[in-house]
Amino acid sequence: MPYPVEQNEKFAAYAHPERLVSTGWLASAIEGGALDGGNLVVVESDEDVLLYETGHIPGAVKIDWHTDLNDEVTRDYVDGTAFAALAAAKGISRDSTVVIYGDKSNWWAAYALWVFTLFGHEDVRLLDGGRDKWIAEGRPVITERTVPVPGDYPVVERNDAPIRAFLADVLAHFGKPLIDVRSVEEYTGQRTHMPAYPEEGAMRGGHIPTAASIPWARAAAEDGTYRSRPELEALYLDEAGLTEGDDVVAYCRIGERSSHTWFALKYLLGFDTVRNYDGSWTEWGNAVRVPIVKGTERGSVPAGRA
Amino acid sequence: MRKLGVMNTSALPAALADIVDDFQALEEPERLQLLLEFSRELPDPPARLQDHPELMEQVVECQSPLFLTIETEPADGGQPGAAAERVRLFFKAPPEAPTTRGFAGVLHEGLDGLSPAEILAVPDDMPDLLGLTRAITPLRMRGMTAMLGRIKRKVAALPQHG
Repeated sequence: MPYPVEQNEKFAAYAHPERLVSTGWLASAIEGGALDGGNLVVVESDEDVLLYETGHIPGAVKIDWHTDLNDEVTRDYVDGTAFAALAAAKGISRDSTVVIYGDKSNWWAAYALWVFTLFGHEDVRLLDGGRDKWIAEGRPVITERTVPVPGDYPVVERNDAPIRAFLADVLAHFGKPLIDVRSVEEYTGQRTHMPAYPEEGAMRGGHIPTAASIPWARAAAEDGTYRSRPELEALYLDEAGLTEGDDVVAYCRIGERSSHTWFALKYLLGFDTVRNYDGSWTEWGNAVRVPIVKGTERGSVPAGRA
Repeated sequence: MRKLGVMNTSALPAALADIVDDFQALEEPERLQLLLEFSRELPDPPARLQDHPELMEQVVECQSPLFLTIETEPADGGQPGAAAERVRLFFKAPPEAPTTRGFAGVLHEGLDGLSPAEILAVPDDMPDLLGLTRAITPLRMRGMTAMLGRIKRKVAALPQHG
């Protein structure tokens, strides 16, 4: 049974308030015994593979974006069989309410939530503010690993098309809006990787023609929570130029940062058709004969592509 | 248990060889736990460096901020001015970056106090010997390889080697 949705003024302004929970709401739910019986499952998903072990929300299980959600051989996500096994092992059933949180303003948590959505998991929510806010508020963390009662999860085929764009989809998308969520240095082509991150090998720097540059972290406030609806509208409607009903593709370097933006566009601003291009710059910047624009200008639709 | 047969530990300094053996004797999940212990045991740099962050250099290849500095001091029993010197390593990384701290902890315990020549002789792909690549992904292992490379470059640039 889905767990009740949180009601508060900030969330009520969003298109889908049922996709977020606050730290206070989660703390009360845990105190009230919500984790018993698997109705509510709390998942931590971080960039650092050991961070969960240093202390996590009591009762939370760990899902690692890379070792649990990515296929080990093919550049793709796990299949339905592997996802069902993972979910069940973490105490998640198909009808569980899953709340995901993580480090870095939920950057990786949003990525995990997006993968859950590829499998059509119905009730999956983000903890607004993530791990840092929970800890900053002095809420309890424990180091003891959670041993969940196995859940009951069916093998569900992934349904990529509604929320995932591939290279060919992006080539066919020209004329409709694209959001580049990487740093400005990556957008202009000054660098091909994130500042202070390892070189991940893109042959070319720059951005996909016509993409608007809205670095992902601008959607987050200082405490890691999502900005209010009016603030998000100023960013994506006024600045990026999106209008209601737009079909939008967001991308970054491997699709993790753009999951954070995908969440904001889809659930907070309510765009129905938003896809995350997870191939992102590590594919586009290496692909042969795809158009690229360098510099701060968005550029125009390549000839014959509109 | 799967042994990593690519390289053996005989080419490594004794302390580092012991660490590699400890990792290899464990199953994968326990290797992560051991890395976590190294992250907890990483000593803080002395106050004189903490108060002067400009003396520490950021290793930008690491996903989380890591600062590193090296110093030399006469080896025990060495005459002042003699070639017998040992290298001291100092690392600084935040608690929110346990994997980075764990890598630094391994290198600290394995290399601190060795001679420049001993450090320079450590194979560049030594991190692969820990058997962590599958458990934490090749991408994350690059951070440790970069850290070792940075230490070796700094040691190679010491005056007597320059």
